[in-house]
Amino acid sequence: MVKDYLPVLLQVLVAIGFAAAALIVSVILGKTGKRNPTKDSAYECGMKPEGPSQPRFSVKFYVVAMLFILFDIEIVFMYPWAVVYREFLVAHGAQIFWSMLSFVSVLTVGYVYAVMKGALDWKN
Amino acid sequence: MMSFLSSSDFWFLVGTSLAKTIFLIFLVVLPMVSYTVYAERRVSAAMQDRSGPNRVGFPISLLGFKKDFSPFLGGLGQPVADAVKFLLKEDFVPGHVNKPYFWLAPCLAMIPSIVVLAAIPFGSTFLGVDMVVANLNVGILYIFAISSVGVYGIVLAGWSSNSKYPFLGGIRSTSQMISYELGLGFSAVPVLLIAGSTSLTKITQYQVDHGWLLLPFTAGMPGLREILLWIPVVIAFVTFTICMFAETNRLPFDLPESETELVAGYHTEYSSMKFALFFLGEYTAMIAGSSLIVVLFLGGWNFPFIPDGSAGWFWGLVNISVFFGKVAVLLFFFIWVRWTLPRFRYDQLMKLGWLYIFEIALVNVFLTAGILAFTK
Repeated sequence: MVKDYLPVLLQVLVAIGFAAAALIVSVILGKTGKRNPTKDSAYECGMKPEGPSQPRFSVKFYVVAMLFILFDIEIVFMYPWAVVYREFLVAHGAQIFWSMLSFVSVLTVGYVYAVMKGALDWKN
Repeated sequence: MMSFLSSSDFWFLVGTSLAKTIFLIFLVVLPMVSYTVYAERRVSAAMQDRSGPNRVGFPISLLGFKKDFSPFLGGLGQPVADAVKFLLKEDFVPGHVNKPYFWLAPCLAMIPSIVVLAAIPFGSTFLGVDMVVANLNVGILYIFAISSVGVYGIVLAGWSSNSKYPFLGGIRSTSQMISYELGLGFSAVPVLLIAGSTSLTKITQYQVDHGWLLLPFTAGMPGLREILLWIPVVIAFVTFTICMFAETNRLPFDLPESETELVAGYHTEYSSMKFALFFLGEYTAMIAGSSLIVVLFLGGWNFPFIPDGSAGWFWGLVNISVFFGKVAVLLFFFIWVRWTLPRFRYDQLMKLGWLYIFEIALVNVFLTAGILAFTK
């Protein structure tokens, strides 16, 4: 365990070190100009910023996020199945194929329902 | 465990992994990133009948040489000049932003794409050391898990900027990246079914023994079953590559920063090195994505008639070069596509991801499983 993940930890440290060093060097070496209210304002193509800076957005984004979690878990269930698949076939036959097919078809009902409800239709 | 931590094995492990990490990040990937940017400019220029950056050389006349050094096509000093410029520009933090998250976001966009590279086997062996930073038995899961952390960088950049364009860009990007992650996950399953492992080293080894998944004849004449399996593998390869384009926000999926609508998307308010980190992160993600495609479908470091690293240190180096050569070809393909295809509209993007790629990839999983179960 330690042997496997110690190199990952080192890689993370090197990556963090690189990002931090790059930012620090740029702060030290970079020029600093004068600040003024125009420079400090949010960029809106040269016009004065108007309205709330974080406007309301479509509820569709939330729906996509929920559906993502649902089907991402499906994928996570599929990985261990895929890894043992060939050994299981040799030992017990095609039963493993039908069990995963039935599991996915249950979830597919949910997917079809979401599509029929127009949850993934972005035209309106 | 304590005896392991104090043993000489431990320091050998730390030493070799640090050497591999530093070789991979600073000697291969970061130079590759800068020269991918250069290649992108030169290739796009060639495609549009312009010349592109062809002037900047290396100013060695400052060191006392007679002439500046400007080899080959010229302009090879451009990436170095760009890097220096990024460091010297004003690092401006506008007053309206949420400061801690504004600083955190570029790091979060950059770090995951580097950390992902740890699990990728970029060569066979070199002087008896495996050319993979961390030989994880859950390689693919690790890569998908870490690369999804990159979404946080973009969300935080969009949200902490407190400005409309970054906000819209951040939201769009999140939605796009999570949608295409499904297609990416499903397209990898056929490979796991065939190779029977999530370890990238084992997947590569499978392809060394049985031929590359996409080109099965690299290890002799394939049988009927291999030819049948080739069909779902090609489908998986196509969907995987398309999803990889979407995950790395490349054209035709660069909605998060579509210049005509959102100026520069989530990094509109960023300048200097903080902007460069987003840029580096994006290109590093591209290299990591290409490496993953090479490992899963194109045989990793393997090439017909070239022995692996156990035949001598020279062949170890050749294996590493073969791997990055394949990655470079894929990077050229990324650039080629970028300057050929126009951008999708947002509803088309979502429709493609959720209705077509998702369904094709899901059916493809069962096609592969069916072929494995019902043919001999």
